[in-house]
Amino acid sequence: MKAPLSWLKDYIDLDGVGIEEIANLLTNVGLEVESVQLVGVEKPEGKLKNKYFGLPWDKEKFVVAEVLEVNQHPNADRLTLCELNDGTGITTVLTGAPNMFPYLGKGRLEQPIKVAYAREGALLYDGHQPGQVVTKLKKTTIRGVESRSMICSEKELGISEEHEGVIELDEDAPVGMPLVDYMGDVVYEVAILPNMARDASILGIARELSAVLGRPLRLPEGVALEKGGAIAEKVGLEVRNTELNPRFMLGMVEETQARQSPYWVRRRLSLAGMRPIDALVDATNYTMLEIGQPLHAFDYDLLRERAGGKPTIITRTAYEGEKITLLDGSEPQLDPQMELVTDTVGPLSIAGVMGGGETAVHAETRNLLIESANWNFINIRKTLSKTRINSEAAYRFSRDVHPALAETALSLCLKRVQEWGGGEVVQGVLDEYAKPYVDTVNRISAEKIAEVLGQEISLEESTRILERLGFTCWMEGRELVAKSPATRTDIETGIIGQRNLIEEIARVYGYERIAGKRLSDELPPQVGNPGLEAEERIRDIMVSIGLQDTLAYRQTSPEREARLFIGRKAPEGLAYVRLKNPITPERTVMRRSAMATMLELLEYNAKFRPGLALFELGPVFLPLADEILPHEALRLSIGMTGAWEVASWDRPQSPAMDFFDLKGVVEALLDGLHLEEVKFQAVELPCFHPGKSAEVRVGEEILGVMGELHPQVKKNFAFGQDPVLVAEFDGEALVRLSNAVFTNRPISNYPAMVEDIALIVDESVPADDLEALIWQAGGKLLVDVKLFDVYRDARLGEGKKSLAYQLTYQAFDRTLTDKDALNIRNRIVKQTKNTFGAVLRSQ
Amino acid sequence: MLEIEGKLQAELARGIEALQTVANAESLEAWKQEFLGKKSLVMQVYGSMGKLAKEERPIIGKAVNQAKAGLEAALAEKEEGIKAASQQEAFTKETLDVTLPGRKPRRGRIHPLHLTLRQIYRIFGDMGFQIYRSPEVETDDYNFTFLNMPPYHPARDMWDTFYTDKEGVVLRTHTSPGQVRVMRERAPENIRVILPGTTMRYEQLTARSEIEFIQVELLVVGKGITFADMRGTLNDFARRTFGENARTRLRPSFFPFTEPSAEMDVECFVCGGEGCGVCKGTGWLEILGCGMVHPTVLRYGGYDPEVYSGFAAGMGIDRSTLMRYHIDDIRHFRNNDIRFLEQF
Repeated sequence: MKAPLSWLKDYIDLDGVGIEEIANLLTNVGLEVESVQLVGVEKPEGKLKNKYFGLPWDKEKFVVAEVLEVNQHPNADRLTLCELNDGTGITTVLTGAPNMFPYLGKGRLEQPIKVAYAREGALLYDGHQPGQVVTKLKKTTIRGVESRSMICSEKELGISEEHEGVIELDEDAPVGMPLVDYMGDVVYEVAILPNMARDASILGIARELSAVLGRPLRLPEGVALEKGGAIAEKVGLEVRNTELNPRFMLGMVEETQARQSPYWVRRRLSLAGMRPIDALVDATNYTMLEIGQPLHAFDYDLLRERAGGKPTIITRTAYEGEKITLLDGSEPQLDPQMELVTDTVGPLSIAGVMGGGETAVHAETRNLLIESANWNFINIRKTLSKTRINSEAAYRFSRDVHPALAETALSLCLKRVQEWGGGEVVQGVLDEYAKPYVDTVNRISAEKIAEVLGQEISLEESTRILERLGFTCWMEGRELVAKSPATRTDIETGIIGQRNLIEEIARVYGYERIAGKRLSDELPPQVGNPGLEAEERIRDIMVSIGLQDTLAYRQTSPEREARLFIGRKAPEGLAYVRLKNPITPERTVMRRSAMATMLELLEYNAKFRPGLALFELGPVFLPLADEILPHEALRLSIGMTGAWEVASWDRPQSPAMDFFDLKGVVEALLDGLHLEEVKFQAVELPCFHPGKSAEVRVGEEILGVMGELHPQVKKNFAFGQDPVLVAEFDGEALVRLSNAVFTNRPISNYPAMVEDIALIVDESVPADDLEALIWQAGGKLLVDVKLFDVYRDARLGEGKKSLAYQLTYQAFDRTLTDKDALNIRNRIVKQTKNTFGAVLRSQ
Repeated sequence: MLEIEGKLQAELARGIEALQTVANAESLEAWKQEFLGKKSLVMQVYGSMGKLAKEERPIIGKAVNQAKAGLEAALAEKEEGIKAASQQEAFTKETLDVTLPGRKPRRGRIHPLHLTLRQIYRIFGDMGFQIYRSPEVETDDYNFTFLNMPPYHPARDMWDTFYTDKEGVVLRTHTSPGQVRVMRERAPENIRVILPGTTMRYEQLTARSEIEFIQVELLVVGKGITFADMRGTLNDFARRTFGENARTRLRPSFFPFTEPSAEMDVECFVCGGEGCGVCKGTGWLEILGCGMVHPTVLRYGGYDPEVYSGFAAGMGIDRSTLMRYHIDDIRHFRNNDIRFLEQF
């Protein structure tokens, strides 16, 4: 909402309150000032907390002037030369403004045209460039005529985008007066909170200022309204559903004209962000901006013509298949939920949203019928959600307007139409108001206020605040009783109504005056969050290994996730959480696969670094057949490719990472989480190289899968030669199986014995199983087993491999002897021979 | 004095003198041969001891021992010197240009938003707040209705919502649904929790606005919780986050689930309130929304609003992290460009 200061001053005395101060007051009362536009006025001095823009009008360079005569430019058809009096004398000014042409050749004008005049050296906006480009007015010669000054358009002064014609000021503008003194202004752009829609009006904003400044509010006065009367002869009215249309009023002005409004009206409308049209439409818009009640104007004669006699206005919901063409030319689909204003022939407008084009005001309109109505805001919202129409009326009606405002607005609007367009107000108004709105009444004590705010505010002060906001207040015992003003519908009753009042009191009293305290209530029962703690532990372990933490988008598309499969063919029937209104075709669902996300991250980053090692911890979304909400399953994904160690100036980078680099990371993680009994088992999965992938298990539970990306899948991404290694783990299982508490192994002070043995076994014997048997056979004196070589050679025999282990023996109570070592070794050799046919390889 | 005694003395003197010119291991070896080797005078004397007269033996023996000891002592000293010199030489050869770059180990880093989250966990943890998390895909009831926004409530416009193809299921537009979830779980106990998590809004993706972002919500419920308690708690948070002297201001705002509602600004930590690009010249940065929990929300949560009260606050941590590190584009957080992440 844009509020020109000059307009606010119609309703409240703001003398002595600075431009910046007004902005701060508005913000502090809940009307956040987003920007302040200076229209010709100098920027205030001092430390400013608001955003200002706009150009000052130098008092010497911008003045009110009058055009006395308009003559043809000798060498250009499209230009005129104006004889102009700027208060210091007569000069000739050149202009191409089309609105000067009608005066051409008329000689001395009977009624001089008042204009905004800029002298040489003035800083203004270039009228011929898009946007606001500041330029300095310089002397030029156009087609042989020298020009050192100009008559300004609104665009040049920063009032609106209008640059075709020059401004024609009102007749009473004093010639020679600095322009800033005549029409300089300040426009506050205020953000209207959803519960303060009543302040989407100049009067609403003025009321807030009145409350916070403690200065009286001057209400505008319209014409006196009488119900019934002559108007009933001209038009009928029928309201079919009073729930959807609580109030409907009609008023009428005859023999008026759709002429131009006075300039001050047009300027105010422009500054407030609405385009001036003609006196009749301007009167409805002006009144809406003034008090927040939208109005609609019909050309009465068109209605009469349609109806073939006295028209009857009927408000009702739409019939199936009804049609309307709106003012903006659109033809929205109507349905029986939508409330319409119709006549006996058919729809005239979508109630409270937008009028139809057929009966709209036009240049020749003489007789005007004005609608001032109230609509059920929820029904309006339903209509808007289907039609997606934006209008100033819909904005206000969809946030609920008090039905009493219909009457005030009609009275003001009739007066404006008559003042600006001329004509006679038809005696009487029609008013269907079946169930008058009952304003709420709340009672509140000083204790209650202190209980919520933690700050005492006296009932006297509270009364003052509420009265200035329009409440009617009185005391009953020790309680303040407040009746809500007939301008707002947001104050409820009961405990909520009390809260509403406390908020009103607190915001005007000033939040800044409420001092902070430290919480002093009893601490709640202490509940830990072991899941989050374990997640953070995983994150720390991964980072300590050297992997980069990442954060993934939840939204993706099935097509993106299908890249995980050969030929981009995902299995049929994967259930997704699908978005009804995706923002792009790339984000239509919630992701199912953390691995797919990880591959995208690797792909994106591979070009920037010779080696990558990333991880991500976050949910995937798996729809459940019997549940409304999906299972948000925590996943840990790991992605690695390229060199682990980056080349330095004297050392080449390490070779490209392979399966065992990934496995090392996984082992380090599982070790860090103190998982027990972990098994790696070869497995074939669609996205992995069939010989380089594994499942990680604890007992029967699968913790995750890992491996090198299948070459065919790799083709779906822009990867280079290096193997791409990925893993995806069930984060919940990791969290659940991890042991925050574990048994620490003691350290022996006796020397350890170390020896190597190499065992020749069949290729089919898994290294894991062999090692497990070594541990078992070694007994408690065997404290470490380390595989240091895997060797294959024809001399070992077909299908054989040699696994070389470094074995460490150590006791806690003595120094071991060679005999001890021999015993352990013999046991290992014997048992591995019996179980796997292992043969000790001769040294 | 026997003649041999004199010779040995002279030999010792000659040896010490000769040692002066020895400068390296080779010449030292030659010197050893000459003065302490088999053919050296000292060793020859030792060899001829058996042939000497009995009375001469102790005298000559003492003399030769003295000469040998003297030569050996001189040799040891020389050897030490030569070793030190050669080490010095080696040091000189081995001297590095210490300004050459070190070999960079692979270093993992925590994502910047997770860093911010951890800081918030710590600060509120110190104040006795627990951490509670709730679903990112939510029901319309929890996301709106239980938060005092029945269907078609105007306040629903405040959030541009992603809807799913399942009726009544949305992507949560804020962390506030967790308020009612935690209340229902904990009623009638006091509550002091923070609710962190990813939230999603239908917005244009630009350098300044994201469709996914992380919020942290605050909820306190108990008997006699006031607006002043809220202000005090949030001030403490601001001071812990932005520095001991951080100034804050509260101004009225609107959230359907709180009443009264407020917005808290902190004096711009970049310019100290003077006005700069970060605070858009206002000197203030908007950091959170807050308010007293609406009676309707307490009721949905299972608390009687006549007995219990509470406050809630919510902040977007993407934006505050942007400001903290002067990050130019909010999309960096989820694009995970390694060149961006490596800077943390």
